[in-house]
Amino acid sequence: MTPAALLAAFIAAPEGGEASFSVARMMAIIISAIFVNNFVLMRFLGICPFLGVSKQLDSAVGMGAAVIFVMVLASLGSYLVYHNVLVPHELVYLRTISFIIIIASLVQLVEMILQKFSPALYDALGIYLPLITTNCAILGVAVLNIEEKFSLGYALINAVAAGIGFTLALVLMAGLRERMETANVPASLRGLPIAFLIAGAMSIAFLGFAGLGG
Amino acid sequence: MSILAVNMALVLIGQQDSAVSAITGPAIVMGAIGLLLGLGLAFAAKKFAVPRDPRVEAIEAVLPGANCGGCGYPGCAAFASAVVEGKAPVSGCSAASSAANAEIARVMGSEVEDKEKEIAVVLCNGGRSAVNAFEYHGPESCKSAVLVMGGQKSCTYGCLGFGDCVAVCPFDAMRMGENGIPQIDPGKCVACGKCVEECPRDIITLWPENRKVIVACSSRDKGGIARKACSVACIGCRKCDKVCPVEAIVIDGFLARINPDKCINCGLCAKECPTGAIVDKMPVRPKAFIDSSCVGCTLCTKVCPTDAIVGSLKEKHEVVADKCIGCGQCVVKCPKKSIKMMGGALSQQ
Repeated sequence: MTPAALLAAFIAAPEGGEASFSVARMMAIIISAIFVNNFVLMRFLGICPFLGVSKQLDSAVGMGAAVIFVMVLASLGSYLVYHNVLVPHELVYLRTISFIIIIASLVQLVEMILQKFSPALYDALGIYLPLITTNCAILGVAVLNIEEKFSLGYALINAVAAGIGFTLALVLMAGLRERMETANVPASLRGLPIAFLIAGAMSIAFLGFAGLGG
Repeated sequence: MSILAVNMALVLIGQQDSAVSAITGPAIVMGAIGLLLGLGLAFAAKKFAVPRDPRVEAIEAVLPGANCGGCGYPGCAAFASAVVEGKAPVSGCSAASSAANAEIARVMGSEVEDKEKEIAVVLCNGGRSAVNAFEYHGPESCKSAVLVMGGQKSCTYGCLGFGDCVAVCPFDAMRMGENGIPQIDPGKCVACGKCVEECPRDIITLWPENRKVIVACSSRDKGGIARKACSVACIGCRKCDKVCPVEAIVIDGFLARINPDKCINCGLCAKECPTGAIVDKMPVRPKAFIDSSCVGCTLCTKVCPTDAIVGSLKEKHEVVADKCIGCGQCVVKCPKKSIKMMGGALSQQ
């Protein structure tokens, strides 16, 4: 495949989508996915690791990286399967189930790679790593790419940005919770309750981005 | 590539017959996707295989698999790896049967340690008896309090009483007592050591459960200073050291310490202690009884620390029940095995 053909494949939009590729649109997608429609704080997807792995900054960054990786691969896999297998054979109704097996396999792959190359991170993420399988943020990105009729290029950009948005939320939360360790929290709010309150306040703060970009 | 393969499969089956393809089509597509992903994973599993210690798997197989966390590890798998790494004791799983423990020991090539049961004890009895140096208004936590001029108590060794240990206990075995000292329920304590780590004063230690006499003080201050700060402080007077029949007490920096390996639970030191720093937790003490096989050798009368045994040479001796403290020294000394301990909480003595 020549580079030109590859590029054409990347920006070729599905039926009903935008045919051309513009930097402005790309920026709009990025800002939308990171801030305006942040997957955790605005769409409320992927809350489980958001509260589970946000106790330490290190593991939060690791989790974010794992989610970005899975999101990009899942977007690529699901996009190709959807447009090249499901649509031509009119099997669009298999979208959810086929996306889920793609995501589940990718998470398994990430787990193997992490265990091999970064056992420390693998241990730190613990049970939350296999739980990426059922992380609705990943499925959300894959489905959104289809719903928005993105081209493959846009879909991948959207996946990276959504992953960055997830990581941003996770890292902010971890930073706050590390500070919270030394704060004098009323006994009834210690632990998860105060984390939920913080999450709510952060979500309200992110409302401020509404109207920005696209 | 893989997508091409899926499409090829569909074309081969033939899409013309729509009645068949309504069922076979989706089945083939999902099957093909699943097969390809499965093959991919199988390849990746080979490629990225991490060599695991076969012992970990062998141990995991005999563990209960309940992932209760009673061992202090997140689950049975984590405990199994910890055992193999030598971090966790072979018999560390409290839920495993003795057969399972034996199997784990066999895998590890070691014997099951029949360890004496330990519980956590707080080596301080100050609490409300200890004088406050100043009023502390801050986070209700020992770790915070200790940062402010070393804590609000005059005694710089004692319990601060905010109960960080109580909060950290995963087995609900600790309660803050009315005297401001955490109380430990020996039935619930499994000696996991979480409280030992948590205490910023390092005054909680794991102690054999059947050693009932402890020095409930950690102050290394000189007698006068310690006494001023707390009415139940150890002042290093050495009275306990002198009275101990088995030399189980060591005075180290104005602080008495009992060696649990030597201690015989006689409780003499607790009786002798002028400040009450030594606590005797034995609920009922046994009494010695001499049966008719006594030959009157008088060895027991010599060893008795309280002169509770009376009797002249070559005649059967008697025990004065009021004086006997149940230390068991006479039982050890008697050449005829004529002395028995009766009653009391500890039958093995």
